[in-house]
Amino acid sequence: MSETTQAREHHDGPHATGIRRWLTTTNHKDIGTLYLVFSLVMFLVGGTMALIIRSELFQPGLQLVDPHFFNQMTTMHALVMIFGALMPAFVGLANWQIPLMVGAPDMALPRMNNWSFWILPPAFLLLLATLFMPGGAPAGGWTLYPPLILQTGDAFPLVVFSLHLLGASSILGAINIIVTITNMRAPGMGFMKMPLFVWTWLITAYLLIGAMPVLAGAITMLLTDRYFGTSFFLAAGGGDPVMFQHIFWFFGHPEVYILILPAFGIISQVIPTFARKPLFGYTSMVVATSAIAFLSYIVWAHHMFTTGMPQAGMLFFMISTMFIAVPTGVKIFNWLATLWRGSISFETPMLFAIAFVVLFTIGGFSGLMLALVPADIEYHDTYFVVAHFHYVLVPGAIFGVIAGVYYWLPKWTGHMYDETLGKWHFWLSTIFVNVLFFPQHFLGLASMPRRIPDYSVQFTEFNMISTIGAFGFGLSQLLFVWMLIKCVKGGSRASAEVWDQPQGLEWTVPSPAPYHTFETAPRV
Amino acid sequence: MNRSKAHGGWAILALAAGALAAAAPAGADWALDFPASASDLGNKIRGLHHTALIICVVIGIVVFGALGYSLVKFRKSQGAQAAKFSHSTKAEIIWTVIPVLILIGLAIPSARVLIEMEDTQSADLRIVITGYQWKWRYEYPDHGISFFSNITEESQAAAVLGAGLELHEHYLRDVDRPMVVPVGRKVKLQLTSNDVIHAWWIPELYVKRDAVPGTINETWFQAEKTGVYRGQCAELCGRGHAFMPIVVEVLEQEEFDAWVAGLTEPPAEPEAIISNASADAGSGLAGR
Repeated sequence: MSETTQAREHHDGPHATGIRRWLTTTNHKDIGTLYLVFSLVMFLVGGTMALIIRSELFQPGLQLVDPHFFNQMTTMHALVMIFGALMPAFVGLANWQIPLMVGAPDMALPRMNNWSFWILPPAFLLLLATLFMPGGAPAGGWTLYPPLILQTGDAFPLVVFSLHLLGASSILGAINIIVTITNMRAPGMGFMKMPLFVWTWLITAYLLIGAMPVLAGAITMLLTDRYFGTSFFLAAGGGDPVMFQHIFWFFGHPEVYILILPAFGIISQVIPTFARKPLFGYTSMVVATSAIAFLSYIVWAHHMFTTGMPQAGMLFFMISTMFIAVPTGVKIFNWLATLWRGSISFETPMLFAIAFVVLFTIGGFSGLMLALVPADIEYHDTYFVVAHFHYVLVPGAIFGVIAGVYYWLPKWTGHMYDETLGKWHFWLSTIFVNVLFFPQHFLGLASMPRRIPDYSVQFTEFNMISTIGAFGFGLSQLLFVWMLIKCVKGGSRASAEVWDQPQGLEWTVPSPAPYHTFETAPRV
Repeated sequence: MNRSKAHGGWAILALAAGALAAAAPAGADWALDFPASASDLGNKIRGLHHTALIICVVIGIVVFGALGYSLVKFRKSQGAQAAKFSHSTKAEIIWTVIPVLILIGLAIPSARVLIEMEDTQSADLRIVITGYQWKWRYEYPDHGISFFSNITEESQAAAVLGAGLELHEHYLRDVDRPMVVPVGRKVKLQLTSNDVIHAWWIPELYVKRDAVPGTINETWFQAEKTGVYRGQCAELCGRGHAFMPIVVEVLEQEEFDAWVAGLTEPPAEPEAIISNASADAGSGLAGR
């Protein structure tokens, strides 16, 4: 078996070698790898920016950076992490796993696949180059609210162009994923037999197609307001700055579900494998994911309760937001019921999945509290909000990605990762992520606003603790990088199944997965 | 009481932080919760926050308890055999319906407070607040008073890297001229901005509203205790965002009247911009 595999690999490997292989590849595994490596690099870049922010906030007073540069860091940290680290990570996982999980030989549109990845590096080159331009990088927050964002220096058109490219890349990726999933499933794999990761990505792809063009519209209007004399958002010309916020969050709220739904999918793959028990409530998982996606389009103004809106609007957005807790709760309960009476073991992917369930739920709790308009008036724009969305994005989305990487890495490399290193990475990450973000709840309640480089003295202690946590968490990720390098280079050979009787087509191909898989479709 | 308990818990972490915590400047209070409210509405908002928090903690105990139990009880290393079940309609209905009921129970009191919060009618005093990069202007249209409020002179340098100012108790939360209001009176605020979006916020009064150019936003508060209340701009507004404090001084009615008289009866204080200028500004604003 292994001989034939190797022979085939030799025969059907990449046509080009070296850098040309990566530039010209149309292979879903190569492109998946490109996405994942790119995402890791951006994760480290965005993390460095976070450490600059946390260093300045270690104590009151301005010790390290000018307030304007601080604002550039908060803006760029968010843009890099969202568009550079998280979204490409999920697309990378989709590229590697969706064809393997639905029994397809590749993505449906391989050349477009290559293009959608190769748009990313130049887009980020443009975005990061703005740091060195007169006036600096954008400093008005990743939400790009006018009129403030229009005060950006020469970098402004580059930022808009870069975001357009990122949006185009996402839309191309989403189209590819939808076409692959709807057309290239193996015979016998009906929609209700698809693995949850495939389901959540299908729904996410539709969210992307719905949301990204809205962002494109919003930033184009910013561009014309700045350079072509329009007044969409300028009060002096009869425009309304708050309209931008409505348009932005009509993109922005689906966007946060774009960042979490694929993670839900990963967790729904990992937990059954290590509980040795089928996923509880498959149908309700699919329904809940769809319900969350639908609700994500009708809650956007909950980001804007202090902007002044009609009372009926506030009531509507409060209640619709609160009801997201129902399908989200269903997912949490289903994961619990999957664990119930299982036979549980604690390999690294499972540890990250369990931490995800607990810590994402904490982020969900603060989300519910934020939905209550009167309380939100007090929480809004404080560190309570910062704590909330970092709980859902770091031990939520990022832990989801990490769980997926540990889970599928042996399939990709053919080697088992170093379990001891993985466990260290898990425990240090989980402890420090809480040291980092939990005190931020208290800072917010005690009225520390977000996006400030310097603060009043009563906030000192929790900021110090948070900064210690930030460095602990950041440095722990170097263990992850080390583990990845070690696993790519060598390690004990992984079997085709890797884990203890996992479910899914990806475990029927050898490890490492050959360059071409499922050239004849499997039967499900 | 609660605070001291939690203080004990955090002391462990503080010890771990060691010298760092010891080096912290005075004025720290390890606050873990919303500040005490100086208004009745604030008390209701604070109560709502506590209700929501308690509900979350109770759900958390149940969910994390069940999770912890499963992780201990159903370990493979303890010889646990996996069951085969994969759905239960009854369980799924229960954990859909119960959250819906809890949410309805939470939405009703929230809606009540929201309706009260949005009722800006029958105010005793009206103040027009305009945000600037990076200062505030307060205008009392019914009294013909108008003035700017800046961060204090000695704190101006705080926005400069490495200024190394003394970190006193009200560092970054002190202004040259506070907004002044009478106690026990409903104060209606009308907010707008001259440049970018700002947000006017006093935590202890539980009032925060965006100051948006081209729009007049309305909100209100009624302070029940005299004193000085401090806050700052809450919406990112550029380089000086952190250096845009807000201070409200709540006085007895007679003291407030005396303050008004002191500004409106000649000879006025030299720095006060009064009468015609403010009337023009006021009508200009209303005309927008």
